[in-house]
Amino acid sequence: MHLSYLFRGGLVSPFALNRRGVLGMNARNVNYIARYNDRDKYPIVDDKLNTKRQAKRYRIPVPELIAAFETQPSRRRVMGVIEPLDKFVIKPARGSGGKGILVIVGRDGDDYLKPSGAKVTALDIQRHVSNIHSGLYSLGGKPDRVMIEALVDFDPVFDKYSYEGVPDIRVIVFRGYPVMAMLRCSTHVSDGKANLHQGAVGVGVDLATGKSCHAVQHGVRIDQHPDTEMRFSDLEVPDWKELVRLAASCYEMTGLGYLGCDIVLDRRRGPLLLEANARPGLAIQIANGVGLRTRLEHIEKMDLEQLEKGVDERLAYSMDYFAAEPMD
Amino acid sequence: MSPRAQVYILAALLTLMGAGLTIYKNVELGFPLLPGEYRTVWTIEAKVGFTADGGPAKAALTLPREQRNMEVLGETFSSSGYGFNIIQEDDEYRAVWAKREASGPQSLFYQLDVHQTPGAALEQPLDMSTKVVKPLLAAREQEAVRQAIYSLVDTARQRSSDTQTFTTELLTALADRRNQDGNMIFGYYKDRSFVDVALLVLAAADVPAHRIRGLYLEDDRRRMSPEDLLEIYDGKRWVVFEPQTGSPGVPKNFFIWQRGGKSLLDVEGGYNSRVTFSVISNDVPARDVAMLSTSQEKEALVDFSIYSLPIEQQSIFKLILLVPVGALVVVLLRVFVGLRTSGTFMPVLLAIAFIETQLLTGLSIFVLILILGLWIRFYLSRLNLLLVARIAAVVVTVVILMGAISVISYKLGIEQALTVTFFPMIILAWTIERMSIVWEEDGPYEVLIQAGGSLLVAVIAWWVMTNRYIEHWTFNFPELLLVLLGVIMIVGNYTGFRLAELARFRQLVR
Repeated sequence: MHLSYLFRGGLVSPFALNRRGVLGMNARNVNYIARYNDRDKYPIVDDKLNTKRQAKRYRIPVPELIAAFETQPSRRRVMGVIEPLDKFVIKPARGSGGKGILVIVGRDGDDYLKPSGAKVTALDIQRHVSNIHSGLYSLGGKPDRVMIEALVDFDPVFDKYSYEGVPDIRVIVFRGYPVMAMLRCSTHVSDGKANLHQGAVGVGVDLATGKSCHAVQHGVRIDQHPDTEMRFSDLEVPDWKELVRLAASCYEMTGLGYLGCDIVLDRRRGPLLLEANARPGLAIQIANGVGLRTRLEHIEKMDLEQLEKGVDERLAYSMDYFAAEPMD
Repeated sequence: MSPRAQVYILAALLTLMGAGLTIYKNVELGFPLLPGEYRTVWTIEAKVGFTADGGPAKAALTLPREQRNMEVLGETFSSSGYGFNIIQEDDEYRAVWAKREASGPQSLFYQLDVHQTPGAALEQPLDMSTKVVKPLLAAREQEAVRQAIYSLVDTARQRSSDTQTFTTELLTALADRRNQDGNMIFGYYKDRSFVDVALLVLAAADVPAHRIRGLYLEDDRRRMSPEDLLEIYDGKRWVVFEPQTGSPGVPKNFFIWQRGGKSLLDVEGGYNSRVTFSVISNDVPARDVAMLSTSQEKEALVDFSIYSLPIEQQSIFKLILLVPVGALVVVLLRVFVGLRTSGTFMPVLLAIAFIETQLLTGLSIFVLILILGLWIRFYLSRLNLLLVARIAAVVVTVVILMGAISVISYKLGIEQALTVTFFPMIILAWTIERMSIVWEEDGPYEVLIQAGGSLLVAVIAWWVMTNRYIEHWTFNFPELLLVLLGVIMIVGNYTGFRLAELARFRQLVR
């Protein structure tokens, strides 16, 4: 976290945060993750290959898997897979926090191009695969599996709201009910990355409409994208209901009570589940300017019958109940 | 029961257990709660001297009995050429030295270390005889003395309400030079000591009494003779009196050697026998005193603890016992402040290294190794090595760096840098590896933040771990670990905000 941004403006009282229904890290860990997420379900989300397999079973659309290397692949095998490809993504199956993801958007002769335009040689890719496999990006350094995915053909609707990077939508789903959503737009400062603490813009998305309701960079409210100068008030996510339905159905797929779904929009296929997260971060509150705890507690108060409802009913309830207040 | 309630109950139990054991060790076994407490230990040496006849010689010295207000920490006997044993004789212990042939002056020594237990009341056992043998003063010439004695007794009895006050009255009257009766009695018993006369008068008054031999513990006293006190039976218990002043109670610093009127020293086959005492006081750390006095009682708590280990292992444990404290610091900083570190408990290991190296040396060595290691690691990353091989290469590099730092700084005369060996090499290698990834992924600024955070936590942990109170408590009261465990469990249940979050979420309030 950027220290200067962190401490500019000082501290606020914990009671004020409490009144606003803000969820802190400790409360998230003890009251939600430990209580609603069973340990034995973690492998489904912690290993992206498992997530993909499970998603297929539940007919949840995901980016196409081109190849997966269970063991240290030979040079020829890797080249055999990537040679015919123009665009692809190399990921560790158990990477955390977006670490170890290599995106290739094009070719320049023998070299490969990153979204920033930087060139990567075949040797660099070999090394990256080898690093992933040795467990460089996985928790605790355990040997990992390498997956090569087709690059999502991003819906151009966000092109003007993102600089160099991949825009994705994070939806928090609590006991099957979507409770909050945000769009993460990379900026020049964030170096194409979608991490809020690195300077990406967090855009709160109204659950009812898919329209932007709040936008924040470096913890400060903004109205337009710092690089493209597009106004966020005009932003509207297409296929919004479909996207939220996808997120809500991840509850059945993973069995996790407190879940973060990362979703991208494909030009042709619509919303795709990129990955699910059993320990979703709290930055979504900053992006929305609203605390999570009030919403979570509302769902905790529901009776059993209400909690056993189907996806569509939950979806309707959430989109109605968690609609954003009109923008001021 | 909900997990949260279980945590609180378990934490409360652990805390109670740890605190209870600590209090027990402090109150009952005398382990000091604060560091740097000293206790006075008196070393008393009894020297038995006599001139041997040339034939078989045997000397028997009465030994002090166990008493509540004085703790015997250890005793030694020295008797060159003498056979030695301790025998029990009418509930008295006697040291017996014996030799087949001895001639000329002989010296035998008995030495003991005692510690005055502060606050412990002196309770004398009741098992002494309360029989009174009235003095026979039937002869004609004794008539005047008899009169004087009974007049003294009668006056004292009139001026008192019970046996204790009576004894005080009687003793002050005897000590009073202007008292006619007193002078009369002392005039008759010219060759007897004050205590002898007092015992005689007390017997005439039908008060059970006997003599107590002992020493006043004063530093650097040599060739002291034992001093006598009186002890009377007031119907319920035995009360000690200082004969000259008549005040009840054992005088401060008085060490009782023998109760009852038997002889202190018996010598057969020798003459000119005497026993003299010398006293020296030493200030000894309170913990050592507690260790000495409890090991005699075979306290299981002390016997089955770290103190039963060899000294070398103890000093290792001294360090190991500090690790939980460091872990607690990390937990507190994470949960309440929200500081991020590279590797959860890496700062604790760093802090332990700092304890050995001193803070500034440790910090500079760590930063130096980190910078050099990162630099070499960047080169290694270009060689396309497998991860395990690369980390192993970094480990080797770190070892070479440590060797180089040691040798170069030693040649330059900076001997402090030799402590570099205390750094955990594998941890350093992993830190370098992780930092270099952070550098590649998130840039050098993030490296600075994480390394700075780790160092900050390490320095705070070091500061807490080197606190002399913490050091004292962890080593002398390892059962406080249970309290620590309870605290960690309760902290693990904290669901409030972290300090960093008060800044992070401030926009949500405004």
